[in-house]
Amino acid sequence: MQYVDEFRDPKMAENLTQSIKSLADKIAKTRDKPLQIMEFCGGHTHTIFKFGIEQLLPDSIELVHGPGCPVCVLPRGRVDDCIKLASNPKVIMTTFGDAMRVPGAEQSLIDAKASGADIRMVYSPMDALSLAKQNPDREIIFFALGFETTMPSTALTVLMAEAQGVDNFSLFCNHITTVPTIKAILDAPDMQIDAYIAPGHVSMVVGEEPFQFVSNRYQRPLVITGFEPIDIMQSLYMLLQQLDQGEAKVENQYKRVVGKEGNLPGLQAMAKIYELRDFFEWRGLGSIENSGVQIKAEYAKYDAEQKFNIGRAHVADPSACQCGEVIKGAIKPWQCKLFGSQCNPSNPMGALMVSSEGACAAYYSYGDIDQLIALRNVNEVA
Amino acid sequence: MCLGIPGKIVEIQGSDTALVNVSGIKRAVNITCVNTSNNIHDLLDKWVLVHVGFAMSVIDDEEAAKTLALIENLGEMEENLAEFSGAQN
Repeated sequence: MQYVDEFRDPKMAENLTQSIKSLADKIAKTRDKPLQIMEFCGGHTHTIFKFGIEQLLPDSIELVHGPGCPVCVLPRGRVDDCIKLASNPKVIMTTFGDAMRVPGAEQSLIDAKASGADIRMVYSPMDALSLAKQNPDREIIFFALGFETTMPSTALTVLMAEAQGVDNFSLFCNHITTVPTIKAILDAPDMQIDAYIAPGHVSMVVGEEPFQFVSNRYQRPLVITGFEPIDIMQSLYMLLQQLDQGEAKVENQYKRVVGKEGNLPGLQAMAKIYELRDFFEWRGLGSIENSGVQIKAEYAKYDAEQKFNIGRAHVADPSACQCGEVIKGAIKPWQCKLFGSQCNPSNPMGALMVSSEGACAAYYSYGDIDQLIALRNVNEVA
Repeated sequence: MCLGIPGKIVEIQGSDTALVNVSGIKRAVNITCVNTSNNIHDLLDKWVLVHVGFAMSVIDDEEAAKTLALIENLGEMEENLAEFSGAQN
């Protein structure tokens, strides 16, 4: 496939591996601990594990897998609210497939579907709108998840509903924002990340400018990065070049898709429909200021939260979960006490085990589980 | 969740919709986010990144080529360096 195959070329990967290694060795001589580089986005985490990129890197580089998987970080209370909405016989709940298994306090959407709730998987929010037109006597709710990448699609679908006079369509809005969350990570006292791989598709919508604070205020290098293995490796090399030169700039490795200004029609649609929430709660990270959006009062009739008076439930994370520490790079996924045994992809307890984009699920799927658990047990004894 | 897939616009179907071919599968896609020129037909034959039924960005072929060329050069430079250091020994 064009724009995919050429960015998976093994020869190029080999070249990049060599270049990364030479530069990393040079930098390692000036430091007493490995460089920590965080990829924020779950899409990057997935590529890193799928293509074994960590195995290609020298020991002087440690990748920290960030919280950028919107399915993973959805707190239990929001899943419970979604199930509550879906249990209303008038409602058809529609959702992306990857949200189906996210555990609530008691059930996931897939459990609720098995118990009789009308929950349907769709590819696009526009499919939910079509369903609304076909079922005028039902209320069709779309479980709106995702970072800025996905916000234009849901905002434009609301605008279509308005233009077409469809009143039985609404969103249960759980969209989250990238920049406030990166800020919260940077402000965490035990956070020691040296450089950032920034999400390419969020940047495609918001542009380069919103990331400038990482270099201006925190003096950390950041590279906006595509999702193929060659993209990630090139981006690692660019970050090493900056670190070697003592620079902290925002660079764009993914120029074939990301324009400096972002996507104007998308941003306009988002600005019409959404406004920042004061706080939004994340599984594993707690409440973060301005880290979510809600539907503006003018569009209240498309807001399931306002229409059905729901969305205030708070349910604490399972107490033994160490997702927060994994996200901050303090521990590796397999060092969590629940990893593999109580918490695994078929029965996820914590956020990061939920979707294939979560760091724990990636370790579980692509790592040697028995070896990792044995290693943890040895460390515990030691 | 945030991933997209490249596809080629093969037919403009209306002011906000186009038929996009992704690996041989054709599907109607919303093009509001990429329809920024005065002539919608400029989008025909363009490659776009499709995310949940919406074309979100026109893929810039020149930039794609530049990215790849940069890595090619990097490989050559490493090879030259290796040869150079080999020559020294």
